[in-house]
This record gives sequence, structure tokens and C-alpha cells, in this order.
Amino acid sequence: MSQEGLLRPGIIQLRVLDMDEAITHYRDRIGLDFVSQEADGRVYLKAFDEFHRHSVVLREADSAGIDFFAFKADGQEAVDGFRKRIEEYGVDVTDVAEGEMPGTGKRISFMIPSGHRIDIYADMELSETAPETHNPYVWKDEPRGMRAQRLDHCLLYGPNLPEVEKFFTEVLDFHIPERVDLPDGTLAIWMTVSNKAHDIAFVNHPEPGKLHHVAFFLEDWSDIGHAADVMTRYDISRDIGPTRHGITRGQTIYFFDPSGNRNEVFCGGYTAYKDHPTRVWDGNHVGRGIFYYERQMNDAFLSVVT
Amino acid sequence: MPDGSPLSALHSIRFKGCETDILCAEDQKVLMAMEQKIHFPNPRPVRVGCRKGGCGACRVKVTKGSYTAEKSSRTHVTEEEAAEGYALACRISPRSDLELEPAFLGPRRPVENGD
Ligand code: FES
Ligand SMILES: [Fe+2]
Repeated sequence: MSQEGLLRPGIIQLRVLDMDEAITHYRDRIGLDFVSQEADGRVYLKAFDEFHRHSVVLREADSAGIDFFAFKADGQEAVDGFRKRIEEYGVDVTDVAEGEMPGTGKRISFMIPSGHRIDIYADMELSETAPETHNPYVWKDEPRGMRAQRLDHCLLYGPNLPEVEKFFTEVLDFHIPERVDLPDGTLAIWMTVSNKAHDIAFVNHPEPGKLHHVAFFLEDWSDIGHAADVMTRYDISRDIGPTRHGITRGQTIYFFDPSGNRNEVFCGGYTAYKDHPTRVWDGNHVGRGIFYYERQMNDAFLSVVT
Repeated sequence: MPDGSPLSALHSIRFKGCETDILCAEDQKVLMAMEQKIHFPNPRPVRVGCRKGGCGACRVKVTKGSYTAEKSSRTHVTEEEAAEGYALACRISPRSDLELEPAFLGPRRPVENGD
């Protein structure tokens, strides 16, 4: 049976302190394509290997962080179905009109118990620069910068993890490939609605609505090395890596955009099917889970968020 | 800034509770000077986070001296706080010798969902 309901992460809207610096970072360093800037100032970008109009939206503001993360559904019927289930679960749903973002259909929007806003939508125009589909080349124009292929996932920090887990698994049909359980409760969950190792992850944190990182997918470990070369050449603030996560097994670098939002370039990661058991980490081994080679968390992992 | 930056006027930075004063150039950020000059096994007086004015890890209060500040997140330093000398060390450059104390706030209080 093919995948139904929610398909994948589709859009992230980020707050940036300075739009010009942000455009240079996301376009020239990470390598996203600039799609448009609209009258309200928001800037739309996409990765070269994505089919739809945009995936990353930047909004200039006086604080950094995330406005919302949106998942694409496989049709309006599915969106309507989720709306019903979310409302029956007791969560208020707000409508976002078609055209609030260019080329994008109507969305539903709601707050989750960690204090983050999640949107769901079915329709977005295909990009004029979408990958070829007829006798395709692997790319039409040579990828720039870190050669990001797609928006991959995000890690969010906030309270009420058990409620977040219940909502995502019972109402949105996610499954949980991996988790960290401490004696006093769950520290973190990695969740997917596809068979990527994660589409979204959460870490328990007292302050709601925080962004730990947004991740972009690269082709392989050699492109991770190339991304590290780009970071040194342009003096990009690096957090940790190149290294590997024990959790998801992805290979990674954490670094920061010019507003202090953490970014990740990520490749690899196992395939997570819904019938696979959850991998569980405990407090004595979680360091190796987060950073497999260092075998310990760095000071910034649990505390530095926007 | 990468490698050796062009020399500009140097000022001395004193962190409350830290034995060693450091030198910071006018075209350098205080946090980056601290990162270069104070490292393991010496504890750093100010936390290092994003280095870009977004996360608040390097929040300090400047108790003496003058400095220039680049744009940073209002979540961590409001306009009123900035007027009182609060700043993010990764966004300020000295214009005189400085004295500062760490003022990291940790996570802000939980608020009602959706508000
Ligand atoms: S290190 Fe993040 S605000 Fe200075
Ligand atoms: Fe990640």
C-alpha cells in the first residue's frame, strides 16, 4: 500500500534578524534557490532537488526562531480528515487562506502542546525549476554551496512531550523510530510519517516553541565534508561536526545561520518502516546517541535554541 | 573573523569572577576574543552558543566601558535592558576597556499554549 495521509515536511517559516544576510546564507552557502520576495517582505526559497515552489520561508523579525512547520498531505480530502480528527481530539484549528503564500493552497493550522504551530496543506504549485522528469539529468544547473537537496526535518524544543507524542501518533499517524527515556521521563522522541528515520523530533524543554535546528539533506558523507569546507571558507559559526548521530545514524554538521538559528546538513540515516520496533536509549548512553564519535553531548546541545 | 584580522585598537576586557583579563580588538566581538583566548582547561566566564545574537547563551551585563552593539534578538535583550547595559557578548565590540558580568537567563518560564 502506498503512503496515505501526510506525506512529508513541506514548509518551514523561520524568523531572521537581517534579511540580506539570511538570503546570502540560505542561497549562496546552503545552496537553496531564491524563488521570490513578496510585498510583505517574506522570502521564499527551495532546494534544487525539490519539485514544489518553495520549502523555506524567511520572515524578518526582531527575534530568531521558528514561526511554523508544515506537512504536505496527499490531497484535500486527507486535510479535511485531519481537521476533523484534530478538532475531535479537542485542539482548535485555524484556517489559512489559499494564496497567503504564493502558489500555495489553503492550509489548516494548530498549536501543539510543546507550544509550536503546525500547518497541514495539500496543494502547492510545481516549481518552474523543478527537477526534470523526462530523461532527467541528476541536476539541470550545478548545485551551489553546500548543495542541499531538500528540506529534511526539524528538531523542536518545548514542554509536554508525552502529550506531543500522543497527538502525533494518535491523530497525525506518525510512528516513532527512536527515543530517549530517562528515569524521570522522556527526554526526546524522533518521529516520522514516512520511512525517513525522522521527519520531526522533539526534546523536552521548559520553554515552549523553541527551535533547535532545521536540517537540509545532502547526498553523502563527501558532501558533508564539502559543506564543512564551505563553513570554514565563509567563517560560518559551527556548533559540532562533521560527525555522526547514533540516533538515526545520520551523518551531520550543526552550524548557525546569521541570526543564530541552528542549521544541520544531514545525510544517510536508516530507513524506518512502520512495523519496525522503536530503538530506545537510556541516560547512560545518550551521549553516543546524539554524537556517535564524541560519545558525549556538547554543552550547546541541551541549552542553545532560538 | 577568520585567522589574524587586521589590527585595530585593543581594549582590555574583564569578566567578573574570572582571573584573566583578555584583549579584544575594536573590530572583533567580545565573545570571539574570549573563545580564542580562554579555553580548556580554564572555564569560560561566558557561555558560547550560536555566536550570532539569536540564542542568548552569551548574555552579559556591561558594568563599565563603552561598546558598539550589532542587531540581536529582542527575546534575550529588550530595548530597556539594552539601555541598562545588558547585551549579547557575540554582538558587541569594545570602544574602551570593558567590565562585564555573565547574565545568562536559562530557559524562560513556560507560558500557556497558544498564547
Ligand atoms: S552566542 Fe547565541 S546570542 Fe551570543
Ligand atoms: Fe537533525
